[in-house]
Amino acid sequence: MGKLNIVGAINSALSEEMERDRDVIVIGEDVGRDGGVFRVTEGLLAKFGPERIIDTPLSELGIIGAAIGLAAYGMKPVAEIQFMGFLYAGLEQVFSHAVRIRSRSRGRFSVPMVIRTPYGIGIKPPELHSESSEALFCHMPGIKVVVPSTPYNAKGLLKSAIRDPDTVLFMEPSRLYRSIKADVPDGDYTVPLGRASIHQEGRDLTVVSWGTMLHRASEAAEGFDAEIIDLMTLKPFDEEAVLTSVKKTGRLVIVHEAPRIAGFGAEVAALVAEEAIEYLKAPVLRVAGLEAVVPMARLEDYYMPSLERIRKAYEKVMRY
Amino acid sequence: MPVNIIEKIEVKYLQIINEKGEADPNLIPSVSDDEITRFFETIILARAFNQRALSLQREGRIGTYASILGQEASQVGSALAFSVEDWLFPSFRESGVLVAKGYPMWMLYRYWAGDERGMKCPENLNIFPMSVPVGTHVPHATGAAWAMKLKGHRKAAGVYFGDGGSSKGDFHEGLNFAGVFKAPVVFLCQNNQWAISVPRSLQTAAKTIAQKAYAHGFEGIQVDGNDAAAVYKATKDAVEKAKNGGGPTLIECFTYRLDDHTTADDASRYRAKEEVEAWRAKEPLVRLRLYLEKKGKWTKEYEEGVTKKAQESVDAEIKKAEAYPPPDPADLIRYTYAELTPRQKKEMKESGWGS
Repeated sequence: MGKLNIVGAINSALSEEMERDRDVIVIGEDVGRDGGVFRVTEGLLAKFGPERIIDTPLSELGIIGAAIGLAAYGMKPVAEIQFMGFLYAGLEQVFSHAVRIRSRSRGRFSVPMVIRTPYGIGIKPPELHSESSEALFCHMPGIKVVVPSTPYNAKGLLKSAIRDPDTVLFMEPSRLYRSIKADVPDGDYTVPLGRASIHQEGRDLTVVSWGTMLHRASEAAEGFDAEIIDLMTLKPFDEEAVLTSVKKTGRLVIVHEAPRIAGFGAEVAALVAEEAIEYLKAPVLRVAGLEAVVPMARLEDYYMPSLERIRKAYEKVMRY
Repeated sequence: MPVNIIEKIEVKYLQIINEKGEADPNLIPSVSDDEITRFFETIILARAFNQRALSLQREGRIGTYASILGQEASQVGSALAFSVEDWLFPSFRESGVLVAKGYPMWMLYRYWAGDERGMKCPENLNIFPMSVPVGTHVPHATGAAWAMKLKGHRKAAGVYFGDGGSSKGDFHEGLNFAGVFKAPVVFLCQNNQWAISVPRSLQTAAKTIAQKAYAHGFEGIQVDGNDAAAVYKATKDAVEKAKNGGGPTLIECFTYRLDDHTTADDASRYRAKEEVEAWRAKEPLVRLRLYLEKKGKWTKEYEEGVTKKAQESVDAEIKKAEAYPPPDPADLIRYTYAELTPRQKKEMKESGWGS
């Protein structure tokens, strides 16, 4: 057991998985000598050599497209895309191929790869470095979408993602990379995909969140008897965990950083509307990013759900 | 400061048998008469498959279909140059490749009739399902070839796309990766001169597509795409080079799409009849027939026999395709992930389908 931040936890997951399975390789821009722009792959080149920690041309489409072929042939590529906004260049490869090849070939071929990418506001960068576009991917059948929120679950979830037989998008909260240090077991353990975790138990109100926003939603819950669910996997998400909690509390607030319209919170809200509406004591509320282009540093605090906006939502549902 | 030339490229063109059936005396020894006979017979089979697909579409028995008429030498000649352990990545206009590799024709007819099971490649072959989005499968072949190299397997990948596909970023990014990582892959551009209604001259200002390989650090060659012998030799050489660690090659097969883009298209809207007729005179079977005749290996009866056999074989495959039971509706959910998600299980149950 040692104290690690999320960067260290991911590094440790990669390193252990590469030791466990020689087909696991890391490809991406600057992942080798530079150790990645966030230093997530630091030290791996020295440990595993340039045949397994591979610096590629600056070409997101090429990285994902080649990873599809690598995976289909039997490698286990972990492709790093430097920022989520850069993944847009490779979207067609994900949407038109990676998620469809198992179905298109009726199971003869598959694409077991992991796309790792930092997401969200957090490091005051130029434009397109702070996107939170999970909903785009969750809409697409055939992919799994995972968002860790702590060093412990980052390591365990990434290991599960690497061992998963399908394409997994692994969204790393850039704001949390180095801000939380916690105990992470040395050696092998996994956190299963598709299961939520009860971050905090409570009776009056269910809060559903993930990634960066989980911590803010949690901080805002001070003074409320809130049950906080960390979804961790958005696709496929743990519907049972949400329904069980809402049936107990009768209130639901969903907090995410991405824009509200067609955001993943809408899916969670719709599930509750369809399957547990009779348990609700209050309207379901979403606290989300605004209907605007993700801003640069000066305006980001206005864009993201603030503690105040989240608290207001909690207060509002508690009035019922 | 003087201006120096720091790089020069030369683009080769290969033809072995011309449209009159005359063979280049220096090049022809690289291809045996048995191989040429095989090209001839396989093209007849591919053409029989193609012709019946077009009629089945007109009769409403299959859906939209993309004809290969005129391009058979590019497809058959190249496909036969790969070994069975190599991986191929076809586009949607590659019936000739698939037929040449022995892909079950009944499965292809099922596929074109709207049944995905037709793209479940038999275990004895390694052919990826055809890519409908143009040119976007090029990097997949690079990736698979790269994996072969990383695993130390002595194999190659081959990928088919058209002149239109060469305009996509995916083409360039796939070639670039292959060059950088020296992946054992052969890029087969089926330059059939038309991307639906847009001519080759509007796809690129470059004189050839082959020369684009040089920008990615490896060799490109243009071949007479209606000369099966030339396509075969160029591909065979490229496959050997790939397997020997020499990296990728781009082969531009200079050919012509004699039919409409698909059964949903009318090519008379955008190209002159004279152009089509001029190319029809150069179609791949004519020169092979003339060549074999000169060698005393062709008679009318021989060709009739081959054609009859091909037609019988196609008829039997169509019968098999049409007698095949319809797909299980649950298949549409079943292959999305390796395992059903809880939501999918629910949808299966609600739809009344078995799990």
